[in-house]
Amino acid sequence: MMLPNADFEYVRKLVRDRSAIVLDDGKTYLVESRLGPILQREGFASLTELVAALRSAPYHDLHRRVVEALTTNETSFFRDMPTFDALNLHVFPDLIQRRSVDRQINLWCAASSSGQEPYSIAMILRENFPILSTWVVRHIASDLNMDVLSKAKDGVFSQLEVNRGLPAPLLVKYFKKRGVDWQISDDIRRMIHFSHVNLAADWPQFPPMDVVFMRNVLIYFDVATKRSILGKIRRILRPGGYLVLGSAETTLNIDDKFERVAFPRVPFYRVKKT
Amino acid sequence: MRAIVIDDSEAIRRILRNMMTAIGFEVIEAKNGRDALDRLATIGCVDVALVDWNMPDLNGYEFVVAVRADPTLNGMRLMMVTSETELQSVAAALNAGADEYVMKPFTKDVILEKLALLGIGQS
Repeated sequence: MMLPNADFEYVRKLVRDRSAIVLDDGKTYLVESRLGPILQREGFASLTELVAALRSAPYHDLHRRVVEALTTNETSFFRDMPTFDALNLHVFPDLIQRRSVDRQINLWCAASSSGQEPYSIAMILRENFPILSTWVVRHIASDLNMDVLSKAKDGVFSQLEVNRGLPAPLLVKYFKKRGVDWQISDDIRRMIHFSHVNLAADWPQFPPMDVVFMRNVLIYFDVATKRSILGKIRRILRPGGYLVLGSAETTLNIDDKFERVAFPRVPFYRVKKT
Repeated sequence: MRAIVIDDSEAIRRILRNMMTAIGFEVIEAKNGRDALDRLATIGCVDVALVDWNMPDLNGYEFVVAVRADPTLNGMRLMMVTSETELQSVAAALNAGADEYVMKPFTKDVILEKLALLGIGQS
């Protein structure tokens, strides 16, 4: 699947024009590895054939997918850092105090995509809360999409993915190079149980949760589904447990049994005390 | 805020300069580590340096070592922006005193997020 230089130059220009990403000389392997899945899906025999198809047509869906394959996806490590600051400074210290008798904490990342969110949380726990190494911490990560779930389970990330939001010291500490990709350590991977969950259907039996992460998910649902999901979350949250939404999301006017927690710049919610 | 972009590729310097000026930085360019040290000796410490690794004269790693040994440049944040993508390279740069590490190719978001990790630029 070697990529001739003229084809590499075409792809490089396409990506640059559309996304401003710079592919340096010698990055043909990156283009080859990223476009491989598109070749298979679209039935092209070679990258040259794919590039010929791109050249012969104005910008359309295939071009978009080629560009997207060489850019980043929606998730990233430590996305919205204030959320992780709040976990560090407020939420986990509070839970450690609150759960000091039974020494159990249960977390659920409800739309974990390719795993960057749950792995970011796991690294925070490992780095900053060593006391939890003697506790029972159940960390469940779920997604509807089996492909991204499979990727999340593998814990293998591209160079572009580890470039995004992951502090370099954590890259050095918790990842190893695997070919052109990076794999998170087994130690961190074993902290998380990955599971297929359709949020809009029946949920599996979850343990009572201390934190539910549901960031940038509710925006895709209608109000009735949002209400149903928030109701289910209320029923699985432990007293004092937290719901974490995306920065543009709220429970306001959807479920009035939640109240916002006064952390700066981040939408954390708790069930109101009755 | 001021940034120095150090890369022997004029194209990369231009891209990084455009990204940084778009978020409000005054940007100084340098062609290699020696050129950068000369410029810093004239203009003084800047907020952040974006540093390529492989450059003639003084390379990026040597530049980091030199900056960390110079008390007049104390506090300057150093971010490698390089094609060196091996784990050992990242570890070596951090051990030498780099604060962050970006592997080429990069996007504007990558640069912004890494700057945010350093507590500068936009979050």
